[in-house]
Amino acid sequence: MHKTRLQILICGGTGCISSGCLEVEDALVAALEKHGIRDEATILKVGCFGFCEQGPIVKIYPDNTFYVRVEAKDCEELVTEHLLKGKHVDRLLFKSPITGELCHHHMDMAFYKTQLRIALMHCGMVDPENIEDYFGVGGYEALAIALNDMTQQEIIDTVKASGLRGRGGAGFPTGNKWQFGLDNKSDKKYIICNADEGDPGAFMDRSIMEGDPHAVLEAMAIAGRAIGADEGVVYIRAEYPLAVNRLNTAIAQAKKYGMLGENIMGSGFNFDVHVHLGAGAFVCGEETALINSLEGQRGEPRLRPPFPAQKGYWQQPTVNCNVETYACIPLILTKGPDWFKQFGTEKSPGTKVFALAGKINNVGLIEVPMGTTLREIIYEIGGGIPNGKKFKAIQTGGPSGGCISEKDLDVGVDFDTLTAIGSMMGSGGMIVMDEDDCMVNIAKFYLEFTVEESCGKCTPCRIGNTRMYEILDRISKGLGKPEDLVELKELGQIIKDSSLCGLGNTAPNPVLSTLEHFMDEYEAHVLHKKCPAGACKDLVEYKITEKCIACGICAKVCPVDCIHPTGEETKNGKKKYVIDQDACIKCGACLPKCPPKIGAIIVE
Amino acid sequence: MEKNEKALFAELDSYIDSLPSKQGALISVLHKAQDIFGFIPKEVQAHVADKLDIPASKVYGVLTFYSFFTMTKKGDNRVNVCMGTACFVRGADKILEKFERDLNMKANTTREDGLWSVDGLRCIGACGLAPIITVNGKSYGRLVVDDVPGIIEETLAAKEAK
Repeated sequence: MHKTRLQILICGGTGCISSGCLEVEDALVAALEKHGIRDEATILKVGCFGFCEQGPIVKIYPDNTFYVRVEAKDCEELVTEHLLKGKHVDRLLFKSPITGELCHHHMDMAFYKTQLRIALMHCGMVDPENIEDYFGVGGYEALAIALNDMTQQEIIDTVKASGLRGRGGAGFPTGNKWQFGLDNKSDKKYIICNADEGDPGAFMDRSIMEGDPHAVLEAMAIAGRAIGADEGVVYIRAEYPLAVNRLNTAIAQAKKYGMLGENIMGSGFNFDVHVHLGAGAFVCGEETALINSLEGQRGEPRLRPPFPAQKGYWQQPTVNCNVETYACIPLILTKGPDWFKQFGTEKSPGTKVFALAGKINNVGLIEVPMGTTLREIIYEIGGGIPNGKKFKAIQTGGPSGGCISEKDLDVGVDFDTLTAIGSMMGSGGMIVMDEDDCMVNIAKFYLEFTVEESCGKCTPCRIGNTRMYEILDRISKGLGKPEDLVELKELGQIIKDSSLCGLGNTAPNPVLSTLEHFMDEYEAHVLHKKCPAGACKDLVEYKITEKCIACGICAKVCPVDCIHPTGEETKNGKKKYVIDQDACIKCGACLPKCPPKIGAIIVE
Repeated sequence: MEKNEKALFAELDSYIDSLPSKQGALISVLHKAQDIFGFIPKEVQAHVADKLDIPASKVYGVLTFYSFFTMTKKGDNRVNVCMGTACFVRGADKILEKFERDLNMKANTTREDGLWSVDGLRCIGACGLAPIITVNGKSYGRLVVDDVPGIIEETLAAKEAK
């Protein structure tokens, strides 16, 4: 693809841009020019490598060296040492936290060893802003096969045979969805790509669109061909400006090269795609709400039936799949359904992309075969919990999912197993929590989100979740009663059973799952008015113990000036400091200021 | 100012007129309006309703449904604190509180002197840098509470330099 002696790949995802990869690119160009080898190296800004914790990441070919946390000031050394002398710059290599070994290649790292990339196959490999790069890895071959060698039914049968299930969360078989789209006759049909990734803490779809936008477009065109649609819409969050830009660039290029537009590859098939910006409403991830939003309405869900495959966008048959689902399609067509099915579990074939974040050493974007255990994900790929803290829970599925405790860590992750343990796959957010996180507070955090995001159309969700939130708020303030715990469970079940859409059906999950697995924490709040993790402000007190040496550092940082030397005298005749509990706002500013070897401030 | 505003409305009109169809275009038009005006006050809502030939109540209804749209003017300096789960468990709430205290204002409002807006934001998806904030579009990641005063100073200094 690139004929220069050297290729330098810089991760150009949102995460790495936030940590300064653009400055790194400029500095690299400057250093290459300075040493007169600018024309020997191609610099490519590629999609996400996944190891966001270590960004910005720079990969150098041909020897495939993986440098981490590269800063602009390191670029001169990279050029003189690595590119000119052929020596590794050891201080920029990833050092295994367990063995202490330096890793030159990404496959030497525990983070990558057990991963398998299908949806992310080209992320971090191709330049997402250059369609020729995508051609170079076999791009649009699947579309050519779909247009020339397969009937509509054959395409759908292939997708069915692969067992692919919708990656947006519900896990509905994709082939069946397409079949409904084909079977419902109409002159006009639509393909929608759901890129409204609203889960807080999830960035799978964004990374795919930023890193491999053509794969999504190619798959949408294949879907269009399969059901007989000539128009596609990508509904994407306005909060993802980079992904929007890359998609628009990709669409323009695909049109220029005849991969989209009229008479694609001379087949007589027409297909056009445009991008529609969302406007910040979580409920629009629900497909009928999304369709209302596309039509310029409030994003309220519609009654089903009729299903979108019957009457969707502008009342026409519409097939709507998630970004990651589409990203799997081209490879299923080129490599065959049996290839895809060899990975994953029997009922959930293939892989799943997860955004691993929270209290975990290796935050990042990972893709693993279905059936990989949570323990492997947390302790091998994720590298365990930082700062020697103890694992408490892993939350999957965002505000619709639940918290999973230590006892279920050996469960292999797939659509059905996660539902069986009271959580759900969701779109793939995974947030790890440690001993400092209070599960009541976490449940409250998620419920606050759903209360805010409930569209208000149906009563159980609009009012029921608000009542649940009020109860949780009471509990976190030490005003909870034992009967509150019973009521939370009852109310949660009623909301699940009687809400119209997926948002209401799943909103109580964070509460119900924490009640199930962490009842002891709820009891501590309700019966003993204590927050064991020390996170619920109203239930904790900051105190200064007799270890105080009267240095006064804590008093200096107190924003409300409530720490004064009014205690007993220390050995050197100074008075110990005391926190005025009535004035204390429990901001915690004093706690880290007390010198660790003294450790006089405690949280109770 | 009067003249300026006219030009802004003209810009919005030319966008609306360029649309292939007004059917279903409301959200795209609101995006454009917010781009142009920075916020969407009543006059702009009424104008959009006229141009698209729909009731003003519908414009208001759609606008208030979506959190991305705002009807109030934002401050000169805009602080967005990511409140996604990953940032939350790494202490984003404490960062937000520190901004509230140091700037002497409430979150999700604009300060009376119009100098600052501080908002808790939905996930921006840079979880590897949690907790992360953006100030006037510039990102600051892996923050601790003690970083806040420096960021405020830096922002003010940058404005002054301009």
